[in-house]
Amino acid sequence: MIWLLAIGIGTVTAAGVFLSLSRELLRCVVGVSLLAAAANLIVFSSGHPEAGPKPPVVPVGLEQLVDAAAPLPQALVLTAIVIGFSLTCFSLVVVLAIAQQSKSNDNRALRDAEPRPGPDGKPALESLATEDQI
Amino acid sequence: MSALIVACMLIPLATALAAALLGTRPAAQRGLSFVGVGLFFATAVALLVTVLRHDVIRVTMGGWPAPFGIELVADPLAAGMVLITATMGLATLVFQLGDADPSPEAPTLLPLVHAMLAAVTGSFLTGDLFNLYVWLELMLVASLGLLAYRTGRDHLEATLKYFVLNALGTLLALAGIAYLHAATGHLGFGALAAAAREGDPTRLAPFIVMVALAFAVKSGAFPLFAWLPASYHTLPAPLLALFAGLLTKVGVYALLRLLGGIFPATPGFVFEALAWVAAATMLFGVLGAAYHWDVRRILAFHIISQIGYMLLGIALDSAAGREGTVFYIVHHIVVKANLFFVAALIFRYTGSYDLRRSGGLFATRPALAAIFAVPALSLVGIPPLSGFWAKLLVVRETLVQGRWVLAAIALVVGFLTFYSMAKIWIGAFWKNHPDPAWQPHTDSRLGPGYVVTAALALVTLTIGLAPEQCLKFAALAAENLGEVK
Repeated sequence: MIWLLAIGIGTVTAAGVFLSLSRELLRCVVGVSLLAAAANLIVFSSGHPEAGPKPPVVPVGLEQLVDAAAPLPQALVLTAIVIGFSLTCFSLVVVLAIAQQSKSNDNRALRDAEPRPGPDGKPALESLATEDQI
Repeated sequence: MSALIVACMLIPLATALAAALLGTRPAAQRGLSFVGVGLFFATAVALLVTVLRHDVIRVTMGGWPAPFGIELVADPLAAGMVLITATMGLATLVFQLGDADPSPEAPTLLPLVHAMLAAVTGSFLTGDLFNLYVWLELMLVASLGLLAYRTGRDHLEATLKYFVLNALGTLLALAGIAYLHAATGHLGFGALAAAAREGDPTRLAPFIVMVALAFAVKSGAFPLFAWLPASYHTLPAPLLALFAGLLTKVGVYALLRLLGGIFPATPGFVFEALAWVAAATMLFGVLGAAYHWDVRRILAFHIISQIGYMLLGIALDSAAGREGTVFYIVHHIVVKANLFFVAALIFRYTGSYDLRRSGGLFATRPALAAIFAVPALSLVGIPPLSGFWAKLLVVRETLVQGRWVLAAIALVVGFLTFYSMAKIWIGAFWKNHPDPAWQPHTDSRLGPGYVVTAALALVTLTIGLAPEQCLKFAALAAENLGEVK
């Protein structure tokens, strides 16, 4: 069980890193959400699920859980899943809006947030780009 | 007593919700925001006074004893940081009353500001690693909302760049926290510290490094700071000041807690690596600023450079170094936010953030020039302003430990900071405006802007001229850091 989880987490992480390094925005965002899935699986596995499928109930007369996975990480992972899912949705909307506005899905086209170098090598004077802020 | 600590988190959260419900009535929303932030500020003052008079306040949620329930801890450092957070929230709201670089009206703006204040407060007050992760995520969500509420191309681009790098940071934190939980069975700071004291200290090192790396992303350390200069300048100036003052400092605070408080026995190579990361952060931040002409971009790069000093204080791994970091954080939040507020006033008067298009303010607005001089010189570290003491504490400890190269880098970066501040001074104040017919606006409402910048400059002056109280606080905070029960 634990080996299966470990290999699975490794594969998902590798896929996530590969995709998030992509120049295509959609792949990049999907990569981040895969990495979120990998992180969630790590949280899940921190409860030692190799102990088996016994329900996490403390037997009568004992003070501690015996031979069962800790239930706490499963509660934690729910929180992380919800946050990760909402962020994935948000980032997909942002990517969609960027693609619609700039007609491009390539992050090399994303140059609006940085000043372009002018003819003298210094940042170009923006031609009244601040107009919308007044 | 325990109600105070809960109130500090609940008030901004409740204000965020109530402000969201009042989205269709901007005037009511604004009024409610002031009430909320005012209450928050009062509670934060009460919290700090109580903690300093009595002792550290601990509350365990759910009524379970400490290692099982989630702990909230208000030690002097946390309480002090909460007070600064509330001050920044108040400053931002007052500044928004004027029309210097006004944020376009949006019903989601103020709720998101309150949510961010709540998230920052939560991350200062929590005593539990997973809880810290949740607050960091809430901070990310609120700041993404604030970055993306205007949907121009540059705003969306900034949002995406900010999102990808910060999300990777929080995911790394989550994975690291999970590993720490798997290795020790605990998430609370105190229980983790106790677990780390037993057994081999190198056992937990890989996981501590993972979490530390994640916090380094959050604080904008070299080489993971790309998200900061790519996104900050697209914000309207009042929000920019809030971001610049608080967000990166949460990362530094978390790092200070992690390496200074919970795992002080982390193997030395981690601290050694952090010291060189800090040096690189200082240098690359200040060099990045040298290229730019936009005031906001210059100042954004200087955030990174100053983060380097704070990280250096942590990396020195001594009580004096941590004391320097605490003092530096307090000084830096006030100074940096103030510089961005002044930048907004410069923009309002001269019509541009680009220094090549502005000028003439020294002759026409000498009061603003005087206000700018205080935080600018303090950022450089000119005595007797607050930045001098902050730099003194960090650099002195560097010299005491015989780390000459690090001290030299810190001092050289100070000179380069002076270069940038002089550039802003010459560009916006000293030289004549490129347009001979230019006159500063007289019809703008800048009273609130002047009040805020002058008040923050006064805080900087006070810390600079009478540093004993702040030094005492920094020493107390650094000392209590190690005593995680």
